[in-house]
Amino acid sequence: MHGLINKAIERFLRETYGDACWQDIARAAGTPEAGFECMLVYDAADTFRLLDAAQAQLDKPRAQILEDIGTFLVSHPGLESLRRLLRFGGDDFVEFLHSLDDLPERARLAVPDLDLPRIELREHAANHYSVISEHGWPGFGRVIVGLLRAIADDYGALVLLDHKGGREGTEVVEVRLLEQAFAKGRAFHLGARTG
Amino acid sequence: MKRAGFTPAGGRVLDALCPMHALIDSTGHIRHAGPTLDKVRPGGQLAGQRFLEVFELRRPRIAGTMASLRDAAGTKLHLRLRARPHTALKGLLVPLPDDASLGPPGGAVINLSFGISVVDAVRDFALTSADFAATDLTVEMLYLVEAKSAAMDASRRLNLRLQGAMIAAEEQAFTDTLTGVKNRRAMDHVLRRLAAAGTPFALMQLDLDFFKAVNDRLGHAAGDHVLQRAARVMVDETRACDTVVRAGGDEFVLILDGLTDTDRLSGMADRLIAELERPVRFDGQDCRISASIGIARSIDLVSPDPEAVMHAADMALYAAKGAGRGRHRLFVEGTTPPAAPR
Repeated sequence: MHGLINKAIERFLRETYGDACWQDIARAAGTPEAGFECMLVYDAADTFRLLDAAQAQLDKPRAQILEDIGTFLVSHPGLESLRRLLRFGGDDFVEFLHSLDDLPERARLAVPDLDLPRIELREHAANHYSVISEHGWPGFGRVIVGLLRAIADDYGALVLLDHKGGREGTEVVEVRLLEQAFAKGRAFHLGARTG
Repeated sequence: MKRAGFTPAGGRVLDALCPMHALIDSTGHIRHAGPTLDKVRPGGQLAGQRFLEVFELRRPRIAGTMASLRDAAGTKLHLRLRARPHTALKGLLVPLPDDASLGPPGGAVINLSFGISVVDAVRDFALTSADFAATDLTVEMLYLVEAKSAAMDASRRLNLRLQGAMIAAEEQAFTDTLTGVKNRRAMDHVLRRLAAAGTPFALMQLDLDFFKAVNDRLGHAAGDHVLQRAARVMVDETRACDTVVRAGGDEFVLILDGLTDTDRLSGMADRLIAELERPVRFDGQDCRISASIGIARSIDLVSPDPEAVMHAADMALYAAKGAGRGRHRLFVEGTTPPAAPR
């Protein structure tokens, strides 16, 4: 698994539950207590052991943890650069949804060895979509739920999200857009400087 | 769009496809500016101003007349805003047809782009993705710039951490940098390994005699040279499975794995002393040293832990020195061994 993924989980655990808690989880998982390196690649099993350990340590359902990670990725101030990269996907939430098909390619453009699961958007009716993640990592759909909830908020859109479960490696997230411009949302300037 | 006579349907097509175009007439005045170019106007509305008074043509170097500008059709124009922030632009000029279908005859359409200055320009003029045609790659390029900066930043931090780790690793390395033999840290490591394996071994504590005199008389460079040569002698006289350690200053320890035969140990010590006593030339001067050696075997001790063997070798060394320089002594439990013959 790419170090960026592991680092994201690590940062989520550290920022949300504290360094001591992170160290307990890392120790239980047998992954480096000092943390992961963003630009190195690790064994995929490390990631799942880390999530198992987090689940046990935090005594929370796996789905909850994964959703929280998705939300954290968009809304944490320390990850503003990631929020910006996501916002490049579109001017409004619907455009963003349509950009999800390109997400793995966009990620690869930035970091060539970062392999994200393929994501497909299906439009069933006006304001009714499914986001389908394919042969990826079990639970990735939960991360998408958290991420979509936070990014919808970022755009100021009001949405209903529902994880419809999955089979044969695919997971389906149902998206109902109730109001595109519900709130003001957070500003996004093309030319802003970050970091 | 105010002078609609010059920008009929064709102008609206250009506004959509090339939102940074300028339509100029035969006198070189801007008749219409595309919606995005219209935001790049530090001196007020663009329409009505002379194109070359707003934009400085830096290349090709030609006369500032409309005729010579039209002659530059099809070539890449390098332009710059005359006013702040002096944004650089690229341009391409297409002369208008004489039938007035696209605009005033004798005029031209110039399409502009920010080129490499795009990152600054987007910020300077507060442009949004709506300011670029959907087919324009500018927004993707801005995405890429930010994504690559973030990735580069992560790589740079990784490199810094790795560099720190490398320095730490060097500090913890097992090699004595002056002589190239092992250092005290390596010695602890090797001794622990031997003790764990339980194989018999011998230790030689070797002190260079008269080394301080060489150092004082001929300087540190001579001293370093002597130490390096002494280390080489020890490596040459021992086997590949043995470990030569510079424990500090002029003190060396030789760890001899599985070697417990007293005759062979004694012979090795004799050869070491004889070889170390051969004068070393440095800067035209002869440096003369000798060595005292204390030997201890793990099998001679009741509890052959590394510390005890080391202590025994120390005692033997003490005895060797007491008997005069250039000698070796073998530790024997409960006895004070006689000075071995040279």
